[in-house]
Amino acid sequence: MTRTRRFTLLGFASGLAMLAAFSASAQAFITVASTTSTENSGLFGHILPIFQADTGVEVRVVSQGTGQALETGRRGDADVVFVHARAQEEAFVAEGYGVQRFDVMYNDFVIVGPGDDPAGVRATDTAAAAMTAIAGAPASFASRGDDSGTHSAEKALWAAAGIEPAGEWYLSTGSGMGATLNTAAQVPAYALTDRGTWLSFQNRGPLEIVSEGDPVLFNPYGIILVNPERHGHVKAEQGQAFIDWILSDAGQQAIASFTVGGEQLFFPSAQ
Amino acid sequence: MTQMRPITSAILPLRLEGASYAVGDKPLLSDISLIVKPGRRLVVLGANGAGKSLLLRLCHGLIAPTAGRCIWADGSSRPTAQAMVFQRPVLLRRSVAANLDYPLALRGLSRLSRRDMVARTLARFGLDPLADQPARLLSGGEQQRLALARAWTMTPEVLFLDEPTSALDPSATRMIEEMIESFSAEGITIVLTTHNLGQARRLAEDVAFLHRGQLIEHRPAADFFAGPQAPEARAYLAGDLIW
Amino acid sequence: MDGPFTTALGLILAADPALMQIIGLSLRVTLTAVLVACAIGLPLGAALALARFPGRGAVIVLFNALMGLPPVVAGLIVYLMLSRSGPLGDLALLFTPEAMILAQTVLILPIVVSLTRSVVADIWDEYREHLQSLGASRLRAVPTLLWDGRVSLLTGVLAGFGRASAEVGAVLIVGGNIAGHTRTMTTAITLETSRGNLGLAVALGIILLSLTLTLNAVAWGAGQWARGRLG
Repeated sequence: MTRTRRFTLLGFASGLAMLAAFSASAQAFITVASTTSTENSGLFGHILPIFQADTGVEVRVVSQGTGQALETGRRGDADVVFVHARAQEEAFVAEGYGVQRFDVMYNDFVIVGPGDDPAGVRATDTAAAAMTAIAGAPASFASRGDDSGTHSAEKALWAAAGIEPAGEWYLSTGSGMGATLNTAAQVPAYALTDRGTWLSFQNRGPLEIVSEGDPVLFNPYGIILVNPERHGHVKAEQGQAFIDWILSDAGQQAIASFTVGGEQLFFPSAQ
Repeated sequence: MTQMRPITSAILPLRLEGASYAVGDKPLLSDISLIVKPGRRLVVLGANGAGKSLLLRLCHGLIAPTAGRCIWADGSSRPTAQAMVFQRPVLLRRSVAANLDYPLALRGLSRLSRRDMVARTLARFGLDPLADQPARLLSGGEQQRLALARAWTMTPEVLFLDEPTSALDPSATRMIEEMIESFSAEGITIVLTTHNLGQARRLAEDVAFLHRGQLIEHRPAADFFAGPQAPEARAYLAGDLIW
Repeated sequence: MDGPFTTALGLILAADPALMQIIGLSLRVTLTAVLVACAIGLPLGAALALARFPGRGAVIVLFNALMGLPPVVAGLIVYLMLSRSGPLGDLALLFTPEAMILAQTVLILPIVVSLTRSVVADIWDEYREHLQSLGASRLRAVPTLLWDGRVSLLTGVLAGFGRASAEVGAVLIVGGNIAGHTRTMTTAITLETSRGNLGLAVALGIILLSLTLTLNAVAWGAGQWARGRLG
C-alpha cells in the first residue's frame, strides 16, 4: 500500500466520523436550563421519564447556577429556564427574554453547620439571628459566591441581619452547592443549602441541620419559556407543552411523589 | 549479466560551463568546465575540502551553480535518468522491499510494474532473504548494497557515488566495487568520489582532480596515474597532505 | 466503607447501561477529536516544518503557547462561537457531542501541530538531500516524513488523547453535562463529586484511568514493536 493511499484512507475515515457525528440527533427535544439543586437532588431523573412517556419529547437539562442558567436563556441557548431566584426571574421577563414566569414548586433552605455548633445557632429562632450568631462567633461560613439562587437567598439573609460578610471566616467558594458543602464539611463551616441538595448529599462529615423553618427560608422555583420573539429558533410549542405539563395535575403529582430517604423534597405550588 | 553498452545516451554528455558555487562571498567551486562523457567511469579525486562532494551535488542537481551552467544533452534542467548514492546511506524506516519501491512510486509507476521491478532487483542483488527486514537494522555493507540497488531500480544513465565505501570494511568495499563495475558493464555512466587511491586505480577510466574548488586536471586515468602534470596532483598521489 | 475499587468493579461487572453510555460517549467524543486534530494537525505541522514564509516563527510560537491553553478558556471560546447569540449559532451545535468534539479538537490541535513540526523537521534534516535525489518534491515529502516519523508522532497523538480525555472544563461548558446526551466520564465525576458521592466519583475516575492506561499500553506496545521492526 502506498503512502498516499494510506493518507487518503485516513482522511476518508475522519470525514466519515465527522459525518456520523453531525447526523446523530434528529428526534424531538427541548433544552431546559436549570439549577444544580434540581439536577443534583435527582428530581429531573424522577419526573422527566414520566413527561417523555406522556409526550414523546425528550428534555435535555443543562444544570447551572441560576445566574448562568438565566444567561443561557438570554443567549437563546435554552428553550425553557427553570430556576429559583425570583427577583432575577422577574427581571428576565421584564427585559423581554422570557414570556411569563410561573410558580412551580418550592423547597426550603436550611442552615447546616458542625454538629458541636460553636456559634450556638441552634439557640436562635430566626434565620437572621442565626446569621448574626455565626458572624459573631469564631466560626467559618462557606458561601456559594456564584450568583446562584442560593447565593442570592444567602445575601438577602445577611442584609436582613445587617451584616456585611467579609473576612477570613467568610469563604466564598465560587462553585456549586455540592462543592460548597464538600468545603463546609472539611473546614468545618456553616453553610446555607437547599434541602433537596442536602438530603441527597452523601459526604456530610460533621455537618448537621442547625436552623430551619423560618418562612424567609422559603425557596420558590419558577419556570419561564424563553421568548421566541427574541430568539426565533426557540421551540415554543414543545417548551410550552413542558411548562403546561409541569403545572398540570400530572406534573405536580410527579413532583410531589419524588422522595429521598422517605422525605419529600419539593412541594408543588402551581396556581 | 553483461549487456552491451549503449552507444548513445539521451541525457549525456553533461557539460559544466564555468560552473561556480559560493556561499556568501566564499567560493567553494570556481569556474569549473568539465564534460561527463557517456559510458565512462569518472573518478573525482582531491583532498578533504577540495569540493568533490559539492561537484557531485552540482552535477546531480541538488544544488544550483551560483555562476556558470550545467547543461544536459537533452536540454532538461534535471533529467530523471540519474541517481546518487551517498557516503552514509539514508534509508527510509521501512522494509528493504519498501525502500526499493519508494522511488518507483515517486515516478508514478503502476503497482504491478513496481512489484515486478522490486522482485527483479531483490533477486539481482541477492537481497531476497532480506526483503522484509527493516532497512535500518541492516549492517553498513548491506545498507550500502541496498542504496545501490535502489539507485539501480531508477534505471539511471548516470550514477553519482559520493565516497560510497569510506565507512565500510574491506569485504563490503569489494562487494560494492563489484556492483559498480557491473553497473558500468551495463552501460551506466559512473561518477565517483573517493579517498581510496587503490579504489581509484581499480575503477577509474577518467580522473578529475580538484584542488581548493578548482579543477586542476581532467585526463584518462592511465595518463593521470602515470604522471600527473600539476604539482598538487603529484603531491596528492605521493601521499602528501595538501590544503 | 465499600472501597472505590469495589464500587468501580461492581459498576463494570453490572454493565450499567447509563455507565456504558457515558463511557461510549466519552470515547466517541475524544477519539473523534483526536482524529480530526490529526487530520488537520499532521499536515499542518509538517507544512510548518518544511515551508518557509514570513510570520512562520510567530505561527510556531503561537501553537507552542496554545498547548498551555486552559481547557475552560477553550470551552468558553467554543461556547461563545456556538451559542445561539454567537456567529455559528444557526448550526444549533451547543450542548451536543459535536460541540464537545470541537472544543476538544481545539485543545488537542496545538499539541499535534507542535509535535509534528518538531518530529518532521528532525527527519527532514536527515532525509532532505536523499528525497530530493530520489525525485520527491517538498509536497510529496510530507506523507513520507509523517510515515517515517510515525513512532514519535504516536507519542504526540497519545498526549493529545490524554489531554482531551482528562479535561472537564471545556466539555462541561459546551456540552452542558446533559444526562444521557452529553455526560462524559469527567463531567459525571464532577457531578458525583458535587453530590458528595465521592466513592462513585473515584470509581468513575478509576474506570477512566483504566481506559487511558489500556490505550497507552497498547500504543506503547505498538511503538516498541515498530521500533524493533523498523529501526
